[in-house]
Amino acid sequence: MSAFQGTKMNPSKFHKSQLKFYLFLIPLAVFMALPIVYIFFHAFKPIDELFAYPPRFLVDKPTLQNFVDLFTKTNDTGVPMSRFLFNSVVITLIVVVLTVIISTMAGYALSKKNFKMKKAIFEINTLALMFVPAAVAIPRYLLIDELGLINTFLVHILPLLAMPIGLFLVKQFIDQIPDELLEAARLDGASDYQIFLRIIVPLVKPAIATIAILSFQLVWNTIESSSLYVNDEGLKTFSFYMSTLTSQVSGNNVAGQGLAAAASLIMFVPNLIIFIILQSQVMNTMAHSGIK
Amino acid sequence: MRNKKRDHTHWVFLAPYIILFTTFIIIPVAAAILLSFTYFNAIEKPTLIGLSNYVGLITQDEVFMQKVLPNTLTFALIVGPGGYILSFILAWLLAQVPKRMRTVLALIIYSPSMTAGVAMAVVWTIIFSGDETGYLNSLLLTMGVLLEPIQWLQSPEYLMKIMIFVTLWGSMGVGFLAMLSGVLNINTEIYEAGYIDGINNRFQEIIYITIPSMKPQMLFGAVMAVVGTFQAGAIGVALSGANPTPQYAGQLMVNHLEDYGFIRYEMGYAAAVSVVLLIVVYAFSKVAWRLFGEKD
Repeated sequence: MSAFQGTKMNPSKFHKSQLKFYLFLIPLAVFMALPIVYIFFHAFKPIDELFAYPPRFLVDKPTLQNFVDLFTKTNDTGVPMSRFLFNSVVITLIVVVLTVIISTMAGYALSKKNFKMKKAIFEINTLALMFVPAAVAIPRYLLIDELGLINTFLVHILPLLAMPIGLFLVKQFIDQIPDELLEAARLDGASDYQIFLRIIVPLVKPAIATIAILSFQLVWNTIESSSLYVNDEGLKTFSFYMSTLTSQVSGNNVAGQGLAAAASLIMFVPNLIIFIILQSQVMNTMAHSGIK
Repeated sequence: MRNKKRDHTHWVFLAPYIILFTTFIIIPVAAAILLSFTYFNAIEKPTLIGLSNYVGLITQDEVFMQKVLPNTLTFALIVGPGGYILSFILAWLLAQVPKRMRTVLALIIYSPSMTAGVAMAVVWTIIFSGDETGYLNSLLLTMGVLLEPIQWLQSPEYLMKIMIFVTLWGSMGVGFLAMLSGVLNINTEIYEAGYIDGINNRFQEIIYITIPSMKPQMLFGAVMAVVGTFQAGAIGVALSGANPTPQYAGQLMVNHLEDYGFIRYEMGYAAAVSVVLLIVVYAFSKVAWRLFGEKD
């Protein structure tokens, strides 16, 4: 089929006919990356460069002072920054691990088991993909109050564990596993739990990686739980602390800029690293992400 | 088949999800609907007032009808389809270049969506800062476009445009990745067959082959675009640093809801706003299903 002249999708090597795509993609990518590159530079700027007029994009004499200040800074109520970071790390770890487990288990049941409510549950879940948490902030608040979760550590964790999109992705993935494989294992005497752990989990690793990333991004960046459900300063998260720094930056007050930039960098970098490590798995999952 | 009767393991697998899902998603939605028919100030018990909240919302809430609703629709209609079309175009373009380059570019394009929203508001507030040390002001002043710095984030004229820009910047998320894999996974033989059948340019190829072959991913991307758009509501408040936003210029439904619910404590009224918001999100998603769903 060498006569075929149409689009060459997923080409294996560079060809000058691809130049036109680069011509569009590269400037756009540079433009999109600018604000992110900017945080990197800004976070390392010494105080005189932060205040410099005219402002400069690049950093001249990079310094770690902003990070030192950030880590030694204690907020008005005497809670050190490291406490917020510690809270965030612990909460994020717990949420990511539990979300992965809960979604994969539910995905297995919805994909490979036959029972009455199965279709209905999946339908409701697909509908819930459109759920906008902010829209029901008030009843959620009342419910959480009712459950006695206000001002507890658990309030950062429990509301984030049910992730409709996570269940959706893993279910689509498990659908690809042939039933014969599970049947064969069952004939060999494997129990449901063994099938789940030995067959399903290893085969849906890409979906698991994707859920982990999505859930990480959600919990690491969220400020809702700290701002609405927690009054105790010592229980708030880093992302919330970060957002309080932001509000100080507005207007002419540039005093907190260095701190805020260093904090944004700390917020951003973990997202980036995790995504880079797992990106090929994510692409694999997304190929199965369609709604049928 | 012998053990079919006592096989209830699916409930064991499902239980944790169902319990959390019901508690934190289903019940709040149901409660929002119920509360929306009451007057509730968070201190006294809710009293049933029928449809008054909705009637008030439509007939008396000038801010809602004149600012919040038009703002939300403008924002949603530009950011939703705009981000979606942009995602598709970028995914398609990326599929035309070799793997290594594609991975790097896709990573860059995806990265804003990782932290989009509040964390990035820091950067934007500095870039759009109102005095001459703001990057945009400084740039435009040096270029001679402006004579005086503009209070970008405090000006009703610019706030909405900046919100749309910032949200679009961060909208190449999961939907974008899904579309990218969708394009990459189309069997090349379909293209060859298409050319034999008389397709003769790239545009026809996209309309007749690429999009129909990746309908499921297109639908997934569309649903994610709708959700992402309505979740981005916090951006106006984050950028301007105030709720309500200056002269309600950037006030979206989500902000209006928080204004009434958490600032004025009119919870019943706020619940009515949330029900309207959920209906709007649902309606938008329905349109997406119509366009790309296999069946209705």
